Amino acid sequence: MRIRSSHADNCGPTSLSRMEQNSNMSDLFSIDVNGRQVEVAEGTSVAAAIMATHQACRLSVRGEPRAPLCGMGICMECRATVDGKPHRRTCQLLCVPGMEVVTE
Amino acid sequence: MNSAFDVVVVGAGPGGIAAAAVAAEAGARVCLLDDNGQPGGQIWRGYRSETAPKYPHGREFLKWTSRLHRTDCDIWSGWRATDQPAAHCLRLESDEETRDIQFRSLVVATGARERFLPFPGWTLPGVTGAGGLQALVKSGLDPRGKRVVVAGTGPLLLAIAAGLAGAGAEILGIYEQAPRSRLLTFGLSLAALPQKLIEGAGYRRKTLRAPYRTNCWITRAEGSTRLESVTVTNGRRQWTLACEWLACGFHLVPNLELPRLLGCRIADGYVSVDALQQSSIAAVACIGELTGIGGMDKALLEGQIAGLAAVGRQSAADALASRLIPMQRFARKLDRAFALRDELKTLAAPDTVVCRCEDTDYSELMECSSWREAKLHTRCGMGACQGRVCGAATEFLFGWQHSGVRPPVFPSSVSTVAAKADLPDAIPLS
Repeated sequence: MRIRSSHADNCGPTSLSRMEQNSNMSDLFSIDVNGRQVEVAEGTSVAAAIMATHQACRLSVRGEPRAPLCGMGICMECRATVDGKPHRRTCQLLCVPGMEVVTE
Repeated sequence: MNSAFDVVVVGAGPGGIAAAAVAAEAGARVCLLDDNGQPGGQIWRGYRSETAPKYPHGREFLKWTSRLHRTDCDIWSGWRATDQPAAHCLRLESDEETRDIQFRSLVVATGARERFLPFPGWTLPGVTGAGGLQALVKSGLDPRGKRVVVAGTGPLLLAIAAGLAGAGAEILGIYEQAPRSRLLTFGLSLAALPQKLIEGAGYRRKTLRAPYRTNCWITRAEGSTRLESVTVTNGRRQWTLACEWLACGFHLVPNLELPRLLGCRIADGYVSVDALQQSSIAAVACIGELTGIGGMDKALLEGQIAGLAAVGRQSAADALASRLIPMQRFARKLDRAFALRDELKTLAAPDTVVCRCEDTDYSELMECSSWREAKLHTRCGMGACQGRVCGAATEFLFGWQHSGVRPPVFPSSVSTVAAKADLPDAIPLS
């Protein structure tokens, strides 16, 4: 699974155009999401990395899978365990190399 | 650990950055704090100075961040204000530690969030806010090849759709619940509107070929473990679209938790302020979306006014204040133009979750007569988001008013809540 922000030039600012991407591979690094390596660009939030793996972040009170809703630290649906700390708001947390993320 | 400043600004979006910059330029000791990993708020989320000119409002970003960085302003990212343990003092929490911070003047610039409304299937993974999906894409989520339906209401839907399309998403349609006639009534010429909004947001028209339909809204989302399709209606007929993502938000509501905690007077859903952005509480100014959903230009101007007022430059602040009047009028006009239609109150089925934190169903809430009763009997609004999502929904669905907030205004560690106020007595504060 790779997440590489290489959208066209009119997109989100953390993404890189193709040309930038080719000359800027050092911006990519890996984090671990539920035991799988996910390659991300610098500036990627943990929530975006989890979504790219098509996994839910948490299970609700009744056990329903939930994924990010608001993207801005309000709804708390993106909570996951990061580097052993539970209930981290992953949409407000940037990926760093070697980070370990565990979802429910 | 504690710190004392002349001016503390909570929220590092455009308004907060402008307030902090002008106060610091005047020589005040200023701290700008925000719960995100870097300054910029939602509109400038993830912007970097090297590439900012390519993105919407990138020039304003460069102008204001360079002004800010030329000052000695302290910038604290990753900090949430959770409580006011003493006068002129805020308690802050990061993922690592707790701090108390003192101020002579406080500028609250906590911005707005999307209003979400429940409909069957809205809790499925793949259903996000409209601004929510935009924020996630700005944070590195790759939308290429994804089929996306954009729906809800508000002036941002088009810009969001254009941004997603520019990033490679396949936008199947943009469904605005407001009737065309109302947008026209409020002087929002529909012929000009989509083009103007898209260009205003810095996007080229060609990136967005999807249809923009007024008078249309989502009735349900379906899928087994994640979103597979959504159903849209125009009130007469319904149709279903297969998609991976639904980006759905119903305009914006201000983040009033901190102003409420501080005791600021709130009227008609916004903080009441005077011409210099001062709230009803001494030494507390509120700016930007807190005083009316008006976007970046209004926030930048109000931030400058509050920043100047905070350092005693009243006449300079006064000189800017007259320019606000049309912006504030426009904000009220947007609220009326994008008011929610009654049909949206009927979307939730009895077993549709309304409170996502506590999994409270619509049927449980129908038996309650107030927000307080719902909290006591069903735990609605008692979960981790503290009613930030279901509060605005139940206000619309049932007309419930939510008045008080209790500290901490964000979920906090026990040690943060229990800590004694940590105030330096060496620094006298007025």
